[in-house]
Amino acid sequence: MTVVERREIALVDLLDRLLAGGVVIKGDITLRIADVDLVRIDLNALISSVNAKVPSPFEDSP
Amino acid sequence: MTGLRYVYAVCRPFGTPLQAQLTGVGGDPPRLMPHHDLVAVVSHVPEGEFGEEPLRANLEDLDWLTAVARAHQGVIDALTTVTTPLPLRLGTVFRDDSGVRTMIEAREESFTRTLDRLEGRVEWGVKVYVESEREPETPAEPAAKPASGRDYLRRRRMATKSQDDLWQRAETFATQLHESLSGSAEDSRLHAPQNPALSGAAGRNVLNAAYLVPRAGSEEFVEKVETTKDGIPGIRVELTGPWAAYSFAGEETAEKEGS
Repeated sequence: MTVVERREIALVDLLDRLLAGGVVIKGDITLRIADVDLVRIDLNALISSVNAKVPSPFEDSP
Repeated sequence: MTGLRYVYAVCRPFGTPLQAQLTGVGGDPPRLMPHHDLVAVVSHVPEGEFGEEPLRANLEDLDWLTAVARAHQGVIDALTTVTTPLPLRLGTVFRDDSGVRTMIEAREESFTRTLDRLEGRVEWGVKVYVESEREPETPAEPAAKPASGRDYLRRRRMATKSQDDLWQRAETFATQLHESLSGSAEDSRLHAPQNPALSGAAGRNVLNAAYLVPRAGSEEFVEKVETTKDGIPGIRVELTGPWAAYSFAGEETAEKEGS
């Protein structure tokens, strides 16, 4: 992990709000993306993509 | 260029124009789309990047997500200086302008209600960490070697006990802090503790909370947080904000009706 400038907003703090907060609009008029469950999956994927750079202690696949 | 419509936020109409140099998501400057008594803040984004399939894939690309999240935040921040925006979830994309208008019409009443509730409020984030790998401090006997095996084991037990005590204290501390801060806030939300792999922060995150506070009460709220910072060794408190009220934009709130 690179050292993040202290004054810059940490990405995790931002994602807590942008991916878990905000008004969720579903329905035929939106593309079916703004979906809470999907976002949760994306976050997991993100965590594993970050961990791919550092070996993960909770990865059980070889 | 047509493309899709990325919507950042819905606001009440405001007089001040947005900063001219503001670049939105995908480099497209945000435009204001007034409809009825509301304004949607919109960028035109390419279908090849923000269409359903590519968007799904892009959301798992950390660099892409970072750029979009920062651009989204930049627009919300700019809006915060001129009005109280109601932020939408990242990645809310419509096929065209008429889709955005339909959405506003369908939710007009709920938007208005939420905008009223958030007017003049900001969000503060408070996190508590336990620094778990902390060495127990024994300043009275620096670098003294254990005299015997029994002495060594006794020290090990004390170190373990001190770690357990720290967890216990951290839990109590976080609970009390949350109660106390909730008392100074209109509403609160608990986010999931942050994964250290993503945050890169030292220690374990035991409280990750957001508080809805009137602008006028913010100074007092921040002071309250600051005074807790030097509380207990091994426990760290972090404050972020002020944010637009992202965590309080949903319809369901902790407000108790009729009580």
